[in-house]
Amino acid sequence: MALPIYASPLERVWHWTYKAICAAIFVFLIAPILIVIPLSFNAEPYFTFTEKMLSLDPEGYSLRWYDRLLTFGMQAPDAPRDLSWWEDVRRNATWIDVAWNSLVIGLFATLLATGLGTLAALGLSRAEMPWRRPIMAVLISPMIVPIIITATGLFFFYSRIQIQKWGVPYLGIILAHATLGIPFVIITVTATLSGFDRSLSRAAASLGAGPRTTFFKVILPLILPGVVSGALFAFVTSFDEVVVVLFIAGHDEQTIPRQMWNGIREQISPAILAVATILVVVSVALLATVEILRRRSERLRGLAAA
Amino acid sequence: MLAMDATGADAGRGGLTTADGKPLKQALATAQSRARRRALLLVLPLLAFIVITFVVPIGQLLFRSVYNDGFSANMPQISAWFRETEPGTEPDEAAYAALAADLAAAAEARSVGVVGTRVNYEMSGTRSLFTAAGRKAGDLKPPFREALLELNGTWGDPQLWGVMRSVSSAYSANFYLAALDLARDANGDIVRAPEGRRIYGMLFLRTLWLSALITGLCLILAYPVAHLLATLPLAKSNLLMILVLLPFWTSLLVRTTSWMVLLQEQGVVNNTMVALGLIGEDGRIQMMYNRTGTIIAMTHILLPFMILPLYSVMRPINPGYVRAARSLGATSWTAFRRVYLPQTLPGIGAGALLVFILAVGYYITPALVGGASGQLISNLIAYHMQDSLNWSLAAALAALLLAGVLILYWLYDRLIGIDKLKLG
Repeated sequence: MALPIYASPLERVWHWTYKAICAAIFVFLIAPILIVIPLSFNAEPYFTFTEKMLSLDPEGYSLRWYDRLLTFGMQAPDAPRDLSWWEDVRRNATWIDVAWNSLVIGLFATLLATGLGTLAALGLSRAEMPWRRPIMAVLISPMIVPIIITATGLFFFYSRIQIQKWGVPYLGIILAHATLGIPFVIITVTATLSGFDRSLSRAAASLGAGPRTTFFKVILPLILPGVVSGALFAFVTSFDEVVVVLFIAGHDEQTIPRQMWNGIREQISPAILAVATILVVVSVALLATVEILRRRSERLRGLAAA
Repeated sequence: MLAMDATGADAGRGGLTTADGKPLKQALATAQSRARRRALLLVLPLLAFIVITFVVPIGQLLFRSVYNDGFSANMPQISAWFRETEPGTEPDEAAYAALAADLAAAAEARSVGVVGTRVNYEMSGTRSLFTAAGRKAGDLKPPFREALLELNGTWGDPQLWGVMRSVSSAYSANFYLAALDLARDANGDIVRAPEGRRIYGMLFLRTLWLSALITGLCLILAYPVAHLLATLPLAKSNLLMILVLLPFWTSLLVRTTSWMVLLQEQGVVNNTMVALGLIGEDGRIQMMYNRTGTIIAMTHILLPFMILPLYSVMRPINPGYVRAARSLGATSWTAFRRVYLPQTLPGIGAGALLVFILAVGYYITPALVGGASGQLISNLIAYHMQDSLNWSLAAALAALLLAGVLILYWLYDRLIGIDKLKLG
């Protein structure tokens, strides 16, 4: 991208304009996500920077919205903060409750999606796989079909088979979220497998390893980074999903996105920004994990230039 | 392979054989079909899972779009009368007697509202007719024709009887007609809906138009960024790539919330512009709860889906081509237009198609920031599912949207290949 020495003045001007445009687009991409972080520490119930915040006066900042998050739904939020207060938090705080639900649903949906998805990706990346294209198209389709259509279909299907009465909590949501996460697992794992050297498994077989040993000792360690990033994608998909939950979840099956959705629709308060900030931190952590895994995978496969 | 084919004819007797004496061709075919079966066996559990949790529910939705037994299940006697008589038959006393008996039974079972709603979909203003008649149906004395007409003259309306005949069968294509702004007149011919009630066609058009606009905006914003990322050294571009991937990993609701905060009338953007003196205190721009809000937020959310495919196409392009064009006398604009741009067309196609497909079905963002003028077809489906409770119409609208998306998906698979899809 370096400017050649023979560039004309017009080209120089364009070069710098181009860089400025790119910088502006990066700001457009990232600023809306970062802006909620300082705003969530606002001492006032506004969605904009107050004078005190701009002059970096500590009084302009507070943790009151985080406190509100913790105490929302509690029986005695104003009681002294001793052991029984924390007991109250554990039992009654709405956001703690929905976060727990989200985690449980996300965990089981991820396990289902990753297990089935990895198995299928192993089959799909074999050269002798019949009807590869149409099957792949079906497996990826949950990502492409508008979520509202999926949610509507599931609503009809689940009310037909009465899944709520089966007695397994969250079953409908877990199955739906697993379905939505599967395309991500398939895409990441097949991408990892496409760089996998087949002669390694042949070498293992020639040295006397059975298919099971070959898989666990040779294939799995090499594709693990891809599997884990697929799993993280699946988890994020479930953790962020709201439409299906709105359509099929029972009254007591609240998740973080559903609670957020309600909060935004009814009366948006800066407490929502506190949730948003926490979620941004979570996504930064996940992105960092995936990035580290990707580099590790490249190093393992000898792709990176060290 | 050729040599094997030559000996294949007598492979059973004297051709090439494996160590244990089997003809080679046969042994290979067995091994190959076993390998195919194995590969398929690995995929089968997932395929079965997707069929049960995804394909079957979509099938249910399609079934719903042509099936509604709100009338036929609750009004069995009059439905039977409709089946036995020719279309256009004048309702006789038997018909009125059946109707009165059904109304009484439906009122007893508290399902007369369902019946009225079903008829109301086809002929507005009739729901109350049914509920009112249901309340008094038990006291009606023969002759029923006179008794019902005394309750309300509409019971003699030929249009009502035409509608009742059409809904007496649970299967009906009328929801698709309604979703396309069409209706049936008294003779059963398909006509356009009255002027004031043609909303769905407009919404489909708006969805397509807004999606195209958002796709265009994404392309304009993504192209320079992808180019920059593709031409920087890998270490630097990986660092900048994080700025693209972070929005991708951030919750959709968080990004939508951020835009709500930024674009509010008392929000950061308006405040900044006021502080800079760009606009007056009373000139604050309304950027939220309207179409502008939908466009800005959706462009931001879908931008990574455009940058990533563009980047993966631009990265391997040899910079030598553009340099060669320059050395042969092309201006930088010509070199870009005639040499660089054509090489990026596959990326433009992939990104644009993907963004368009995703935009057409968007729900959350328009629902939260769109206001009335920024609603897309998905929002109307949700409205009919949750508020108006006209599920069959919602299913018909969803089926039409699904058909459109599947055509685009098929196009994507043909042009780009679904296995080329990459994430990050």
